[in-house]
Amino acid sequence: MPSAPYLGKDLVGLEELDADQIRGILDTAEPFKEISERAIKKVPVLRGKTIVNLFFEPSTRTRISFEFAEKRLSADTVNVAASGSSVQKGETLVDTARNLEAMRIDMVVIRHGSSGAARFLGERIPSNVINAGDGRHEHPTQALLDMLTIRDHLGRLEGVRVCIVGDVLHSRVARSNIWGLTKLGAEVAVCGPPTLLPAGVEELGVRVFTRVEEAIEWAEVLNVLRLQLERMHAGYIPSLREYNRVFGITRERVERAPRDLLILHPGPMNRGVEIDSDVADGEHSVILDQVTNGVAVRMAVLYLLAGGAPDKAEVAKHGVE
Amino acid sequence: MDQRAVERALARMARELVERGQGVEGLSLVGIHRRGVQLADRLADEIERAEEVRPPVGSLDITLYRDDLMAIGPRPVVGETRLPEGGINGRKVVIVDDVLYTGRTVRAALDELADFGRPSRIYLCVLVDRGGRELPIHADIVGRRIETAPNQRVEVLVPELDGRLAVELVGGAEPEAA
Repeated sequence: MPSAPYLGKDLVGLEELDADQIRGILDTAEPFKEISERAIKKVPVLRGKTIVNLFFEPSTRTRISFEFAEKRLSADTVNVAASGSSVQKGETLVDTARNLEAMRIDMVVIRHGSSGAARFLGERIPSNVINAGDGRHEHPTQALLDMLTIRDHLGRLEGVRVCIVGDVLHSRVARSNIWGLTKLGAEVAVCGPPTLLPAGVEELGVRVFTRVEEAIEWAEVLNVLRLQLERMHAGYIPSLREYNRVFGITRERVERAPRDLLILHPGPMNRGVEIDSDVADGEHSVILDQVTNGVAVRMAVLYLLAGGAPDKAEVAKHGVE
Repeated sequence: MDQRAVERALARMARELVERGQGVEGLSLVGIHRRGVQLADRLADEIERAEEVRPPVGSLDITLYRDDLMAIGPRPVVGETRLPEGGINGRKVVIVDDVLYTGRTVRAALDELADFGRPSRIYLCVLVDRGGRELPIHADIVGRRIETAPNQRVEVLVPELDGRLAVELVGGAEPEAA
């Protein structure tokens, strides 16, 4: 019986995974797509497992996507949002997690504003921890669903030229994409205002474009990042209108591309800022395919991680610090 | 069993299937991953040759329905599940697998099929029945029954995956003396 690559106890980021492990997740996601097409969208694989979705930052898409994935694998799920919980009363992350552990849970999906929160938690509790976005660090399942979507449409990842456009500096989506795509042999570029590109990003093996026209000339795939409106107030860009004029993915720009582009966006979109409606809803957009694939990828990650922790006893033994 | 022996067995199994199902009408085959899928295709070929009608064929991966999934080490690769054209509701569904041993795979397949619909009848058709059942499950149509020891392995080889069609008994000492 062939087995999928072992991922370890937690999924913190794609930086820690090798190409085989990442490919293993994408390949595992394939058969999981079909489950969501069934009349009864449920398989018993995680029956009896309890999963806590611990969201310290607001999220709609990612949380719902994880919840669908968990439920379609028959897990029991509990959602904890930071607002209105003991977190608001000043409880620390570890105390929150310890309390959940005391109620005998099996997995935690965590979204947190601080980079490193997922690893911090994973090192302190025996449950499997899945990073659903931590600060500016990583958002591995988002990058995995992006990669699955690209592979679905182009048939490969190796050699594919992907340009990530926008606020790369603050983006955990960008970071996870860069790790994952480069490991699977894609060529990756970033494009955005110099104020929103991290210094030394070239060292990750990434090409840099400061003009979006050049990026479009080069790329087969554009992964357009959400521009957070706070960035304008913080002075990273002069105005949203200015940003749209210089870096916005508009129909005119897409039509001038030398080849058919594939347009991705992790959502939620600011229509008319980083992407125009014509493009978001146009023939090149695969944004809704990303959402569909998100559920399959998360099912694959849950399936591959659940229970599979030979070091689980080890973690439990050493306990919390 | 060499190629000829397997082919003869499959031809007989196909005839039995049609007989049991009283014709091809309403009959659907579902092969269990991995080698049951190729065998189901071959059975459908045989049925088509004799009856000039090909029953719909699907495939079933039972990995997610295994009762030992969380106990075994690394996660198995999950294969494709594809229902036969026309679904399984009200059909006479034939589960096709290569080897029947503990019966746990068939238990999983029955559970999975129940999540897809309600066949009017389910048959179990296996190329090799090697005994050793751990559940109250029996096959309706069998290519060959083989006496085996627990430390032996029955390998069914199909051209699509292994380059040839055969059944081999691998490993173990000589079969236990009765």
